[in-house]
Amino acid sequence: MPEALSFKFDVDGEDFTCAGQASVIVKKNLRQLGLPPEIIRRVSIAMYEGEINMVIHAGGGKAEVNVYEDCIEIVLIDNGPGIKDIEQAMQEGFSTATDTIRSLGFGAGMGLPNMKRYTDYMDIKSQVGVGTTITMKVNLT
Amino acid sequence: MTVNDILKVNDFKSVVLSDGDREVSGVYIGDLLSWVMGKANSGDAWITIMSNVNILAVASLTDCACIILSEGVTLSDEIIATAKEKGINVLSFAKSSFDAAICLNAII
Repeated sequence: MPEALSFKFDVDGEDFTCAGQASVIVKKNLRQLGLPPEIIRRVSIAMYEGEINMVIHAGGGKAEVNVYEDCIEIVLIDNGPGIKDIEQAMQEGFSTATDTIRSLGFGAGMGLPNMKRYTDYMDIKSQVGVGTTITMKVNLT
Repeated sequence: MTVNDILKVNDFKSVVLSDGDREVSGVYIGDLLSWVMGKANSGDAWITIMSNVNILAVASLTDCACIILSEGVTLSDEIIATAKEKGINVLSFAKSSFDAAICLNAII
C-alpha cells in the first residue's frame, strides 16, 4: 500500500482572525487531488470546527490530515485545559465560549456536533489540565 | 439563477463579484457561524449580518454561492481585499434578512 499523503499544520492560538487557514489549505490540497466535492466539504468543515475550538479553548495546537486509500483522517492535538464532560460537550447548544467569542458568531455549541455530523468516525481523548486529541475519519468508499 | 441574476434586482449591490456566473441553488439565513456550517448547502446564497473575517472562511468551506450582507452591513477594506483574493462573491442589501429572502424567493 502506498504511503499516506500527510498535511501537517501548527494552529496559532493567538490570532482568532487567522483561524481556518489550515482548513482552507486542506480544502485546496484535496481539490487538487481530485476528490469528490462533498468529501472535501465534509473534511474541511470538520477540520475548521476543530481549528476554531483549538483557538477558542486551547490556545492553539497541531492539526494533521492523512489521506489514505479508503479514508481521510484528521487528527487534532492540543495541550489546552481538556474537556471535563465529553458527553455534555457533544450536546448541540452547549458551549463554554466567552461573550467576545459569541459576538464573532461562534460559541453556538455546534462545533463538536458538526464534527461528528460531517465525519464517519470521531474519537475524543481528553484529560483535564493535560489536553485533548480528536481523531476523525471520512470514508472514501 | 446565478449571482448576476440576483444583482439584476435593484436592492442588491455588489461588494465583491468574483464569479457572477456562479449558480445559486438555494438560500440560507444565519448569523451563528457553526450553525451555518452545519446547515448551509453548497450553492446557497447565505444571508447574514455578520461582518468579521471569519465569514469568508465559512463561505469558502461551505462552498456557498455568495454572501449577502443584510441590514446594510459593510465590510472593512481589508476583508474586501481578502474576499477578492479568495474568490468569494459578496453582495449587500439595505433591508432585513427577511426582506432579502422574500426578494430571492421571487426570482429563484
